[in-house]
Amino acid sequence: MVSSASLYGGTVNQFKHVLRKLSVELTWVDPDDLDAWRAAIRANTKAFFAETIGNPGGNVLDLEAVARIAHEHHLPLLVDNTFATPYLCRPIEWGADIVLHSATKYLGGHGTSIGGVVVESGQFNWSNGRFPVIADPSPAYHGLQFHETFGTYGYLMKLRAETLRDLGACLSPFNAFLFLQGLETLSLRMTRHVENALAIANHLATHDLAANVRYAGLAGSRYRPLVDKYLPRGAGAVFSFDIRGGRAAGEDFIRGVTLWSHLANVGDAKSLVIHPASTTHRQLDEQELKAAGVGPGTIRLSVGIEDAADLIWDLEQGFARARACGAAGG
Amino acid sequence: MMQRILLDSKTVAIVGLSGNPLRASHFVGFYLQRHGYRVIPVNPREAEILGERSYPSLRDVPVAIDVVNVFRTPDALPGIAEEAVERRAKCLWCQFNVVNEAGARIATQAGLTVIMDRCIKVEHARFVGRMHWLGFNTQRITSVRGMLQ
Repeated sequence: MVSSASLYGGTVNQFKHVLRKLSVELTWVDPDDLDAWRAAIRANTKAFFAETIGNPGGNVLDLEAVARIAHEHHLPLLVDNTFATPYLCRPIEWGADIVLHSATKYLGGHGTSIGGVVVESGQFNWSNGRFPVIADPSPAYHGLQFHETFGTYGYLMKLRAETLRDLGACLSPFNAFLFLQGLETLSLRMTRHVENALAIANHLATHDLAANVRYAGLAGSRYRPLVDKYLPRGAGAVFSFDIRGGRAAGEDFIRGVTLWSHLANVGDAKSLVIHPASTTHRQLDEQELKAAGVGPGTIRLSVGIEDAADLIWDLEQGFARARACGAAGG
Repeated sequence: MMQRILLDSKTVAIVGLSGNPLRASHFVGFYLQRHGYRVIPVNPREAEILGERSYPSLRDVPVAIDVVNVFRTPDALPGIAEEAVERRAKCLWCQFNVVNEAGARIATQAGLTVIMDRCIKVEHARFVGRMHWLGFNTQRITSVRGMLQ
């Protein structure tokens, strides 16, 4: 599989370790580099994988262009659309073949339930010779040929009847109920998330203690044209910036905020903040952090739906603490 | 229109119904039976399918037929359409890829409703059944559950 290198760490882990144990090889590419996608294709490539909005890099994928390259080579494009949600972006409309969501995030919207969604366009030709597992008679299902028998529903029938059955990643009924609850307010929440995110990103963009605000929705972002095309309603609400003063300043900042919840989750109605260098990426040295796309002072914000003024006030508490402890401004 | 046919019909003759449980026609026959329809197999190669006697052609079916559901090659459609007209069926329902304009015309001119390139099981599940339970996009956005709208 050819994958964007700018992905959520948990996904990277799965690809590097779990898929490796299953003998799936990964080629990592800079998602912004279309030539790199093309050059990475080999005879045994099965799929392309990317995120609509990268975590935490904040890069936006040129969906149509990458989908075109994939299709030129009879490959499906898989897109993790968690950060955008269907409200902000529908990758299938731009050529994606399979779209994934961690419903745990925005779809549920309240950080209460773990779950996922797989959406398939029904348009990809799984019988093109590269996907015997889907197209050939299935030994685990009395010799049924899923794609031929079920047509546009073939891939999903296979996914449910075999993969889901065998791996057991079944959604709990109560979680399903909670996701339905969350979905009722998705459009309302996303509008507010995006509004708040822009206000906060703008605030940080001119802040003396914040650098490299990686929010694609900012006027000066290099991803502006892609945002205008693929995310006209807003560039999501999760982004990161670097606090001046490195790791220590990051730690002090986190101790200073009281309204933003210190959690590794994203997409919650509550605003969430995390300093990867002292938590999720604590065991990495500077080199390794850099390779993971994280700096010692990187702070990731998942902007919630509270009042923007309250959120900014609380961020200032964090900055004040970092300043007071003397580490910031260095 | 499809909803009306599905809700008003009682007897479906499935032309080309297979006795092999892995074939799509068999899934469809089983599903229709399970949902209260009387399924009449029309397949000269079988004697009995799904507990019902199989007839070699539509002409041999002894009861009234509401829907003629076709799982044959498109070239066979004109002949089947003529028989459907003779049997005074109300609808000629042709499955995926069973498209033939000449056959359709024969049936339409005689007053039958003709549906082509649609699966009767999928449409039933979409409107009346539980397609949404399987996570498929029903393409229906409605708060009304499984009733004629």
